[in-house]
Amino acid sequence: MKIVILGAGQVGSSVAESLASEQNDLTVVDLEPKRLRALQDRLDLRTVTGSASHPSVLVEAGIDDADLLIAVTQSDETNLVACRLAARMFNVPRRIARIRATDYLANEKVLGDEGFDVDLSICPEQILTDYIVKLVEFPGALQVLDFAGGKVSLVAVRAFAGGPLVGRQLKDLRAQDVRIVAIFRGDRSIMPDGEAVIETGDEVFCLAASGHIREVMRELRRLDEPVRRVMIAGGGNIGLRLARALEHDYSVRIIEHNNRRCEILAARLGKALVLTGDTTDEELLEDEGIADMDLFVAVTNDDENNIMSSLLAKRMGARRVVSLINRRSYVDLLQAGEIDIAISPAQATIGTLLAHVRRGDVVAVHSLRRGAAEALEAVAHGDRASSRITERRVDEIELPPGTTIGAVVRGDEVIMAHHDTRIHAEDHVIVFVMDKRTLPRVEKLFQVSAGFL
Amino acid sequence: MRRFAVVLNLVAVVTMIFAATMLVPLTISLVIDDRGELAHAAAIFFTLLTGLLVWMLTRHERRELHTRDGFLFVTLVWTVLPAFATLPLLIYLPRLTFTQAYFEAMSGLTATGATVLTGLDALPPSLNLWRSQLQWLGGMGVIVLAVAVLPLLGVGGRQILRAETPGPMKEKQLTPRIAQTAKGLWYVYAMLTALCALGYAWAGMGWVEALTHAFSTISLGGFSSHDASFAYFNSPRAELVAVIFMLLAGINFGTHFLAVRGRTLRPYGGDPEMRAYLGVVGTSVLLVAGYLVLFGVYAEMPVALRYAAFNVVSVATTTGYATADYAAWPIFVALSMLLLCTFCTCSLSAGGGIKMMRALLMFQQAFRELARMVHPRALMPVKLGGQVVESHIIFAVLAYMLVYGVTMTAITLVLTGTGMDFLTAFSASTATVNNLGPGLGNVGPAGTYATLNAFQTWICTGAMLLGRLELITVFVLFTPAFWRK
Repeated sequence: MKIVILGAGQVGSSVAESLASEQNDLTVVDLEPKRLRALQDRLDLRTVTGSASHPSVLVEAGIDDADLLIAVTQSDETNLVACRLAARMFNVPRRIARIRATDYLANEKVLGDEGFDVDLSICPEQILTDYIVKLVEFPGALQVLDFAGGKVSLVAVRAFAGGPLVGRQLKDLRAQDVRIVAIFRGDRSIMPDGEAVIETGDEVFCLAASGHIREVMRELRRLDEPVRRVMIAGGGNIGLRLARALEHDYSVRIIEHNNRRCEILAARLGKALVLTGDTTDEELLEDEGIADMDLFVAVTNDDENNIMSSLLAKRMGARRVVSLINRRSYVDLLQAGEIDIAISPAQATIGTLLAHVRRGDVVAVHSLRRGAAEALEAVAHGDRASSRITERRVDEIELPPGTTIGAVVRGDEVIMAHHDTRIHAEDHVIVFVMDKRTLPRVEKLFQVSAGFL
Repeated sequence: MRRFAVVLNLVAVVTMIFAATMLVPLTISLVIDDRGELAHAAAIFFTLLTGLLVWMLTRHERRELHTRDGFLFVTLVWTVLPAFATLPLLIYLPRLTFTQAYFEAMSGLTATGATVLTGLDALPPSLNLWRSQLQWLGGMGVIVLAVAVLPLLGVGGRQILRAETPGPMKEKQLTPRIAQTAKGLWYVYAMLTALCALGYAWAGMGWVEALTHAFSTISLGGFSSHDASFAYFNSPRAELVAVIFMLLAGINFGTHFLAVRGRTLRPYGGDPEMRAYLGVVGTSVLLVAGYLVLFGVYAEMPVALRYAAFNVVSVATTTGYATADYAAWPIFVALSMLLLCTFCTCSLSAGGGIKMMRALLMFQQAFRELARMVHPRALMPVKLGGQVVESHIIFAVLAYMLVYGVTMTAITLVLTGTGMDFLTAFSASTATVNNLGPGLGNVGPAGTYATLNAFQTWICTGAMLLGRLELITVFVLFTPAFWRK
């Protein structure tokens, strides 16, 4: 697929990175030649220096025969203009834009056909905020992901010594509403068949109907106390959104070192307490009762700062610490260490984009384990003749190794997949792929053959 | 001196407009033939003549006013107009001293409602209407009216209107043009008055009486054409209408204006001041009613509720009507009601006092200082309706509160110094500075201010002026900086 990416910032780079590995022709546009050069050094792609909303620059980037435009510059307005131009002047079939300001999203017309022709708007800050809010709502989870418009959830939990999971075979655990779709032990993945045994420290991925998540969590983990007090380190875009999302139901404190930014935070926030100071200031943390915090979230834009403040918070008694970490090497270094959850912004936000570049009717993609594994939701089409998945029982489908069909959503009904579950046309199928290299084969399963079309 | 002439010229214009408003009672007097027409006609003639004369003498000095001239202009208008307003009273009631007539006129124009007159029932209806009309003119502000009628003030006009309208935050503009804003406010004000008059007519009042009371209700003034005030009617219907419209008039007229212009109730939802105002008044009514039943003033709850609702709303909105001698209620209730009148009404409403907005800001500021003890590094801005209130406004409000407190205390002290008993002095000071009207003790709802001697009367007159112009506008004239070239 020919893809033009506007903006080579954090989002643009990580998008380019994950798409480059999937055999796409990428062109990245940015104002900053330095950033482009850095990107080109690492990845096989073309770069164009210039203003991303100027038609001449777009032409130079080959927008004329592009299949997809991904506008992820810092500026909402540039992204909007680029999408509009791409649609009206260059007939680009699909356009994705990064939109931060919620004002643009308030009215459908702004992004619709009469407006800026944006097919899909993404807001990485909002995605990350939702991610963290889920962690607050489900205190035992490492990650909670939604499928089928929120009907099905995928929860990652860590098995701990003495818990109900450890030391038993999966077939003994299998409850009615929940299905364990993957187990990770260190860097290895273990096929979750009936004989598999979970050990202490394993990362276990369970699929369940969203309504049952709480019960499932209770079964899998010791009763985790609900979160009441949250401290947020860093009052940037994510910190602010997070505080706004949490302040009504939880006691929220937010630390920010910039005075001016603090004033903005205090103006935009209602009940949350805005504190001026360094996130690694021991005295400040002590004074504000870090030892009583149920959750400490470090969301500054500085990896080292996030790591240090999280470690400090954990040492000083915060029950659980979550840290935003951009650099992949750091994430690998820290996960499962003292920091309870390390979130990679790029991986967390890339899923929405990936769903749009996949072949087959893919509705949602969630990148897991720093991109090594993937959970995707795709729609089955056609019939037994034209498709390799429709009208077949699960055990009849030729799945690549390391791939599990977790659940099927038919209308409003959620069905946990068993070997004898039959898949109908228009079913949403949730597939868990443990090895990303097998992805093309999974995608092919969901494509209907030409004869059908 | 030229500066003074410019101001005088404008005052003369306002005086002539004021003379024109006197045509209303004259017309009514002629229609219903109540023998008051001579007093009105003579007053109009004299007022118009003086205005014209001063205008002729100063007409070459027209130029735009500076902000600092505005304070002088506003204060002059508010001291000169009551003097002319005394004319119908002085002509019709030759026994009245000028001091008392001026007090009565000032009480009218500042929408206070304190009176020195007895035997109101025997006065010509047109004269009672004139008293109420004075309150009505002063309630929204005569200069606001003048600006609405004539393009009187240019660019500097906004500052001048700020000197006349009450409230701590006046930056928000309702319309792009100042004359439009003035017109809009008066339009809503007049509309509410018309509705209120219709309500009173429905409750059984004659039309002159209905208009008289509508004028003093919407302006939150409180003059009545009966010595017994609202108790004269003894009509639950009339009381209901009065309570509803007093409550409405206590809300920011800017909010009313936005609601009327947009034909939506949404502006009310976005007015945190109004929520607090209605909450405090509503709670107070219930508490007072409960207390009155508990202490045996009224035997039954519905009766207590009726009297509590009317009198508490009347006092809290600084109107000053009465259906019961609440000074005779337990002193705790009477003093609590007096406390309510100091802060309940909203800014840019017709009411007096420090305004709910300032009270809210002060409350939050105090709370913030306390919270800062626990969280020294926290940033806690004072907010109103989700908007951060800038610190310079907080400081202005603090300064205002100080001046307010000192003024109240000083007036109370001076009055006790003249031999007045403490309760009368304190309540008279509160009732005049907050433009309420009746106080407690000798000046309670059952009595009048006629018992005061001339000096005491002048003190109270000054207090009403200070309260209506929110102190600062007047006090600024007494600073050396104001007079420095």
